[in-house]
Amino acid sequence: MALKIGDYKTDVHNDWCPGCGDFGIVNSIQMALAEMEIPRHQTAIFSGIGCSGKTSHFINVFGVHTLHGRVLPFAQGAKISNPNLEIIAVGGDGDGLGIGAGHFVAAGRRNVDMTYIIFDNAVYGLTKGQASPTLKLGEKTKSLPTPNTNYNVNPIGLAIASGFTFAARGYSYDVRQLKDLIIAAVNHKGLAFVDVLQPCPTYNDINTKDWFSGVDRIDETTKKAMPRIYKLEDTDYDPIVHYSDETELNQKKTQAIVKSLEWDEKIPTGIFYKNELITPYTRRLTDKIPNYIENPSALQNISKNNVPITKINQILDLYKV
Amino acid sequence: MVTDFTWMIGGPQGSGVETAANIFSQVFSKMGYQIFGKREYYSNIKGEHSYFAVRVSEKQIRSSVKGTNMLIAFDAETIFRHADDVLENGIIIYDSTLENVKVSDVITFDNDFKERLGNLLKSKNKEDTVKGILELASENGTSIHSVSFRSLLAELSEKLENPRIKNMSRMFNVLGVSLSLGLLMIPSEKLTESVNSIFSKKKSIAEMNVSAANFAYNYATAKFDNIGLKFDEKEIEENTLLVQGYYGTSIGKIIAGCRFQSYYPITPATDESNFLETNEILEINEDRPGSTLVIQTEDEISAIGMAIGSSLTGVRSATCTSGPGFVLMIECLSWAGINEVPVVITFYQRSGPSTGLPTRHGQDDLMCAINSGVGEFPRIVYASGSVSDSFYDTTQVFNYADIFQVPVIHMMDKFIASSVTTCQRFDETRVNIDRGKLLNEISSDNYRRFEHTEDGLSPRSKLGLENGIFWNTGDESDIQGHISEDPVNRVQMMDKRQSRLDYILEKIPESEQIVKHSEGDFCIVSWGSTQGPILDAIEMLKNEGINIGFVEIKLLEPFPKELLKKSFSNSKTIIDIEANYTGQLGSLIRQNLEKDPDYYILKFTGRPMTCTELYDTLKKIVNGTAEKREVLTYGA
Repeated sequence: MALKIGDYKTDVHNDWCPGCGDFGIVNSIQMALAEMEIPRHQTAIFSGIGCSGKTSHFINVFGVHTLHGRVLPFAQGAKISNPNLEIIAVGGDGDGLGIGAGHFVAAGRRNVDMTYIIFDNAVYGLTKGQASPTLKLGEKTKSLPTPNTNYNVNPIGLAIASGFTFAARGYSYDVRQLKDLIIAAVNHKGLAFVDVLQPCPTYNDINTKDWFSGVDRIDETTKKAMPRIYKLEDTDYDPIVHYSDETELNQKKTQAIVKSLEWDEKIPTGIFYKNELITPYTRRLTDKIPNYIENPSALQNISKNNVPITKINQILDLYKV
Repeated sequence: MVTDFTWMIGGPQGSGVETAANIFSQVFSKMGYQIFGKREYYSNIKGEHSYFAVRVSEKQIRSSVKGTNMLIAFDAETIFRHADDVLENGIIIYDSTLENVKVSDVITFDNDFKERLGNLLKSKNKEDTVKGILELASENGTSIHSVSFRSLLAELSEKLENPRIKNMSRMFNVLGVSLSLGLLMIPSEKLTESVNSIFSKKKSIAEMNVSAANFAYNYATAKFDNIGLKFDEKEIEENTLLVQGYYGTSIGKIIAGCRFQSYYPITPATDESNFLETNEILEINEDRPGSTLVIQTEDEISAIGMAIGSSLTGVRSATCTSGPGFVLMIECLSWAGINEVPVVITFYQRSGPSTGLPTRHGQDDLMCAINSGVGEFPRIVYASGSVSDSFYDTTQVFNYADIFQVPVIHMMDKFIASSVTTCQRFDETRVNIDRGKLLNEISSDNYRRFEHTEDGLSPRSKLGLENGIFWNTGDESDIQGHISEDPVNRVQMMDKRQSRLDYILEKIPESEQIVKHSEGDFCIVSWGSTQGPILDAIEMLKNEGINIGFVEIKLLEPFPKELLKKSFSNSKTIIDIEANYTGQLGSLIRQNLEKDPDYYILKFTGRPMTCTELYDTLKKIVNGTAEKREVLTYGA
């Protein structure tokens, strides 16, 4: 029986604010899972802390709601132990790029074959609107006593610099594109990052839905709003690293970082960078453990009738007097 | 004939002191002797003083003694630091070219030590040079043997027609140990065999070292005055191993089926992870090869986070750390607590506070292991007293974690980690594996991860198991694992988790909670690696007709209060022995038994206790001349 979107929904009450961008992201994940027909028990959503942390409770697959900033270690531990699992990690921008920034960088270096989605709204919502790492310098969202004194992190740029082999940006009100980006991320062989611009209707009064839609920018001739968001797939932008060559690699990384800096007038979404020529961590492990993929930790028997079956005689013999 | 002998070699870190000690230990173990060696070193890569003391004996030994019978020194610092520690009728072999080195020439001395040494030499009217301190040793009855290590190399270089050897001061270590074995008249083939085995990875290096070893050995037999010591060769006891301290937990993890270990480098815990990675591919009975994934993470938070993630897939997983790493794990530990995730933290303590004495011993993290956490949740804290115990205990702590679905903190320490000892071969037939309520199959579709059951333990699913979908959260949750702030559910869930503490005390066999080694009116209570020196001290006293009881507490959380009361019932005087300042176990006893131990013997210099110190102090207690709190300070 084919799985439908409804099969991926739980009946847990969703307590996000009305109009929250998070709804679009959860829907996109559920749509992506249904479209890919991934069996529910082979999928796990790992989440961090904050509004976005609750995501795992709304999706009817294994759900592991971890700690602030720690979603990537938990998720990688599970994926490395059982590479047959499809794992999607989610969290806010404060979670992943503030308190969890060290894990973000280290995860990039490993390139474990899984997906990481950041719900990027530039504020700490659940603690009532403090500035988060993606809020621009000098901006004052509504509950800040004074303007933000920190420069912002560029999530796409940081991901590429850290070694993520897939970096994309979605917009939570474009559910269809976001769903496609998530499918592309899940299918990517390596660590895929999706930065999702997600208005916080309660605390971010700068980057609102209207702002993204360009309501403040009326085209004089058409009298229509000029949306800030545009899609890379509608341009001739090519995010893929096609061959193992330093010039090619550097060019693709550089164009992605430069592209990711576009803001204010024109904000690109879509896939910025994709490189499957770098081995995922799971593959790297087979270099030293040849049967790792067929017999990973989670599938190994360790005992028979409560008796251990691992042989230690050879090891002990080394130390025999 | 000699029955108990301590040999010591010192030198700058990186000069091969450990290799020399390993050669010595191998030679004596192959002669049928029991070995107990300990390594002391600074937090430094090259240049600071390190030393290795190896005690050999005909009978079982579990600790070091005060003083050394023989000291090998190829640098001035070793002589300055240890010469006055050489016992009566002891022996020093040293590099004669060092004679005129002054105390002030040794740049690696701590200022405090320099001052103490200066005062000592001054008070004895000795010049402040190597010569001065050796005179002092000589007056104390030490026989001194000098030889220029450089000249030895020069002669060897000429003999082998290899001019490079002349400058190979990195072979001083092999020269030193070989000179000592020549002087002790140990059969030379034992030396050759041992040098070959220790340098087995590279044939040319092994050959060169064997030449150097034999050359130095022959020099000593020809040129040094006979000292009249004789070591008989004995039959090697069957099934004897010569092991490093961390082999117990390492090999224990392998046989227990630990298939995932994540760690961040920290002394003295890292050796274990390194061992596991070296042996990552495993031979399995009647099955394809298995493997242990050993993952070096970006920090300790990630180390425990990954281990938890791994455990959720049904894998037996662990991390290994020391105090400063453990405290970073606390938030994740609490998460494992509320989510009932079995995970093992092997905790090799060193001496704090903060980074404290980073490469020295201590038992000052007991309270930290028991109490650190966000909120209240059940955990097991379990301590091992010896290398051999740590093997069996490691296999048990994985069972406890699985059966009781709690994080387990397995307390080890630097003393065990960096000792080298003979012990009985680990007996795998004594190991069993119990995975508790872990499910491999679920047929119905109404699985609830935190379902209430009679014993408070819910059947445990794992990520990837069909029909076994569950949720976890660091928030309080309902039986499915979804967030719940309902007060009635809260009480039920707290009861479910916290009732496990009593259940653990009920289910873990008494003999695994507390080991009663001996009985007596005077009764020692202790935990962890003090076991060795305590047992040795008790035996020394027993030889004088004094019987001392010894209760070793292995299960420290939940605390086996009633069992301990029972264990003390025949004793009048309780003596708490620990390697920390405040007597942390003592405070647990006060809290649980409403009784303060009568005496405390404590040591917090960062150096392990010796049996001699304990013997002396216990005797004072028996004689009624001890203070309530006795502090031990021996050791350089």
